[in-house]
Amino acid sequence: MLQRIDLGFQLSIFIIAALLLLAITAAWITPHDPENAQPQLRLKDPGGEYPLGTDHLGRCIFSRVVFGIRISLFIGLVVVLLSALIGTILGGAAGYFGGVLDEAIMRVVDAFLSFPSIFLALAVIGFLGSGLSNLMLSIILVEWTGYARLVRSEVLSLQGREFLEAAKSLGASDLYIMSRHILPNILPSVLVMATLSVGYAILGAASLSFLGLGVQPPTPEWGSMMNDARPFIRSHPLMMVFPGAAITVTVLAFHLLGDGIREKLNPRSEVDKQL
Amino acid sequence: MLSFLVKRLLLLLPILLLVSLIAFSLFYLSPGDPAEILLTGPQGPPDPAAVLEFREREGFNDPAAVLYLRWLSKVVQGDLGYSYVSGGKVLDAVLNSFHPTLRLALISLMISLIISFPLGILSAVKQGSVIDGLGMTISLLGVSVPNFWLAYLLIILFALKLDILPVAGYGQEGDVEHLILPAITLGISAAAVTSRMIRSSMLEALEQDYITAARARGLSERMVVLRHALRNALLPVITVVSLNFTYLLNGSAVVETVFAWPGIGNLMTRSIFSRDYPVILGCMLFLAMLTLSLNLLTDICYYYLNPRLRHVAEN
Repeated sequence: MLQRIDLGFQLSIFIIAALLLLAITAAWITPHDPENAQPQLRLKDPGGEYPLGTDHLGRCIFSRVVFGIRISLFIGLVVVLLSALIGTILGGAAGYFGGVLDEAIMRVVDAFLSFPSIFLALAVIGFLGSGLSNLMLSIILVEWTGYARLVRSEVLSLQGREFLEAAKSLGASDLYIMSRHILPNILPSVLVMATLSVGYAILGAASLSFLGLGVQPPTPEWGSMMNDARPFIRSHPLMMVFPGAAITVTVLAFHLLGDGIREKLNPRSEVDKQL
Repeated sequence: MLSFLVKRLLLLLPILLLVSLIAFSLFYLSPGDPAEILLTGPQGPPDPAAVLEFREREGFNDPAAVLYLRWLSKVVQGDLGYSYVSGGKVLDAVLNSFHPTLRLALISLMISLIISFPLGILSAVKQGSVIDGLGMTISLLGVSVPNFWLAYLLIILFALKLDILPVAGYGQEGDVEHLILPAITLGISAAAVTSRMIRSSMLEALEQDYITAARARGLSERMVVLRHALRNALLPVITVVSLNFTYLLNGSAVVETVFAWPGIGNLMTRSIFSRDYPVILGCMLFLAMLTLSLNLLTDICYYYLNPRLRHVAEN
């Protein structure tokens, strides 16, 4: 059991390192400009100068898939960082101070959770408009609730522990206790959840871009490449297959990484219950 | 039971209020003019002069709080306004599109449970075995594969290469052909999550003292698993089923678009492209109500099926 998770963990580190390397070196290793349209070369089959063929505008699919790593990783990391930050602050405040503040924050969390997640994201984009920043905002509004619930329950489980009582009796301020005593204790769980949700964030962003509501053309993004491929599903199914495979590998890697980190930090964490 | 129900319903009130506040805030922050949108009736968009006059007369220049309360009082009476595009009642559009979604979701739910129950139970009973490894690998793949990609892979295989199923569409009422591919797509995605939950819930049940006791009494492994472990593992599974339903609703947003299935996900996406704000708002409120009712139903089932919980509540 543990061996398998270890194997997955190593595999995930290898894949993510490779993705990072490809993202950084994209400009040098890709044979063509990902946004350069050459209508006379449209819908070429894979092979030769174009390893994965060309799309409906004659752009190199291989170059676009490789450049697509950049935006997906960027969205995944920014969304996870910001939603973890918001969720940790609000969930931490709810758990630490309790009372009315706790009630208020947790009811807001409940209200956000009442919307099926992708519909909430869709509504945010529907009202505020599409584009990269609204896309990220919409996923952050979905994701922060998980961290808030996780951090709150972790903080509650720490209440009454000796080291907190000791710090309080020595007259430490709330801010000091939260940053020096509570934060280090809850960080491992937050880290596990964050790693697992990078995959979900990437998947969510790709779904919305696939619907034409996320990253806008001509930026190379996997979901929007699949949206481009829809009219050509009969004649050129491979155009649909490549970007989807890229999403799957990336999301899989972050799931494996999250599982591995969880196993290493604390085998039975609260994260399971919140995901 | 009654006091439990009353308590749960009272807890819902503040959440419902916040739900409406979130929805209205998004609507209010949108670049469109709320007055113009709310004014839109069956006759289509009103002319600018009428909007100006209406804003003044009906107090649309009032503070946001007043606008919100006025809107809320209509919503409470079941009036979700009119579609910007079709001119029809929003509530009708939402309910009409929910029927195909529900039909798809129920079939997908069945597929998902048929796959995930045996997979989850076997993985737990044979923990660490090849079956467990295979099951977990499948479920890991299942949560990583985008459902719209899976949808197209199935379309490429079954509709284009083998040509035995239609590519997309709703077909005639009761037409099963059109239902198969979207239902399998959603069912497989949901099964990936569900089998994992069933596995961990079974593992937990198998560790309990009464399992050791049952084994000590010499019961067959089959009896131990099915009569003792599964029964107790079923309680969390109620949550799983209701989560599964929410998961399927989520999946339907994209999958319905792929298969041109005339459900609520499709309605939502189309309304976003046509900036049909009242319909987006209506879908949001409807789905939130649906999720909250489902959660309530889950809690009631729990309460009813778990004697321990009932005992605590009554004393």
